[in-house]
Amino acid sequence: MDKIIVDHLFISYSDGTESLRDITLKVPAHAITVLFGPAGGGKSTFLRVLNRLNDLADVTLVSGKVLIDGINILDPKIDVNALRRQVGMVFARPVVLPMSIRGNLTYGLEIAGERRPAVLHEAVERSLRLAALWEEVQDRLDEPAIALSGGQQQRLCLARSLALQPEIILLDEPTSGLDPISTGKVEATLQELKKDYTIILVPHSVQQAARVSDYAGFFLQGELVEWAPGKAIFTKPTDKRTEDYVEGRFG
Amino acid sequence: MNNSTSARRAITQKIGFGVITLVAALTALLILLLLGYILVQGLPAINWEFITAFPRDGMRAGGILPAIVGTFYLTLGTAIVAVPLGLGAAIYLSEYASDNRWTRLIRLAIVNLSGIPSVVYGLFGLGLFVLFLHFGTSILAGSLTLSIMTLPVIISTAEEALRAIPQSFRVVSISLGATRWQTIRRIILPQALPGILTGIILGLERAAGETAPILFTVAAFFLPRLPHSPLDATMALPYHLFVISTQVPGMPVKIQYGTALVLLAFVLSMNLTATVIRSRARARRQW
Repeated sequence: MDKIIVDHLFISYSDGTESLRDITLKVPAHAITVLFGPAGGGKSTFLRVLNRLNDLADVTLVSGKVLIDGINILDPKIDVNALRRQVGMVFARPVVLPMSIRGNLTYGLEIAGERRPAVLHEAVERSLRLAALWEEVQDRLDEPAIALSGGQQQRLCLARSLALQPEIILLDEPTSGLDPISTGKVEATLQELKKDYTIILVPHSVQQAARVSDYAGFFLQGELVEWAPGKAIFTKPTDKRTEDYVEGRFG
Repeated sequence: MNNSTSARRAITQKIGFGVITLVAALTALLILLLLGYILVQGLPAINWEFITAFPRDGMRAGGILPAIVGTFYLTLGTAIVAVPLGLGAAIYLSEYASDNRWTRLIRLAIVNLSGIPSVVYGLFGLGLFVLFLHFGTSILAGSLTLSIMTLPVIISTAEEALRAIPQSFRVVSISLGATRWQTIRRIILPQALPGILTGIILGLERAAGETAPILFTVAAFFLPRLPHSPLDATMALPYHLFVISTQVPGMPVKIQYGTALVLLAFVLSMNLTATVIRSRARARRQW
């Protein structure tokens, strides 16, 4: 089942330079879709289309449609705050909010109007367990989140998105600042999560892309060069440019 | 490089540091000298009567209570007007305004506002609040005048405090479904509060010590009662100091310096509060 359907999407910066050119793509539910390619290829911009975070930047839609469950989320009339609860995001650098571990996890729910302590508490435990962080922090939920290690902070950020019970999770190089062990934990967590969530990941290396992908797309200079299920794209790329990149001929 | 050049450079550096240290010490010395002088001259005047009684004998004896109360009311009135306005402007400039001709004009206005001599504010207050709006010489007119003078300080320090909050907090908060205003209220403002408070206190401190803006708008030469409403005139410490230093013959020196000491204590205690808030916040900061 296709969770997200992107149809001939063009995006520009406000100075007129093109950022994404004619992207057409279907993102299947309950799978990890990996978007990889050299820096500046439009991967982050594309992710930020899906939760309308580009609204904050100097980016304008030129044309195209993005349907999530059949609803065009680029429609100016949709409730963007509700959209962002439905589409969670984890950033490259872990950014914990300046509050306690618990506060980070309940923030999104409180913003959405949830006040019942039982519901909030349940969300804290559930999301921490999902992010494989519960065992490590259950005794210090009220300590400042900044006291956690980098790897723990990033899993907290993942848990923070999960607390809102989103349907889609966007991850923009979530392990780029982490050591191999923390990276392994995050990747294992994602494999668990994909049973219930639609996951789109911008990996920090081709190796990671190949490790975790169920579907993969190669972005180059604002274009989606190639998209394929499974790991075929890493072993038998059909486009010469994909092949050159995967084999490390340019970076 | 041969040895003699490096030796010469070492000496030059020593002389340079020496001069800088000396200049820094001189500044500190000047402040200490000023404080010490006022303390020595004024302390003999300070007693319970001096801060709780009305002036007597043409202000040559008794206390300065009405001036203390007046300055307190004026500072409070200035806070009531200038804090919401200044904070609102700062939030607008930092969080909402995009960088265009309009906001550049606002910023230019703020910078220029802080460069206007205080006596000009006084004259403006007289024209607008006292005469045109018929507030008379009153605490209301004085507070409004002082507020306009204080606004640039509050706006620029508050805006700076807001901008110091990492942009990533805003992005994360928005990505979790928060509106801009929710983000400001729940993340940005609490984190920026210490910096904002410091700016507010520094601004009010200046308002408390100014003479010229209150000269035409509120200050009374001698008023043997406390103000009852915002529409009353009042005595105030800076103006009282001016009066007893220049306008009253046969004034005991210790009363003059005692008054200066009280004004200084008032302002320095505000300064100290700001410093304490800032250092505490720095210790508790979570980013």
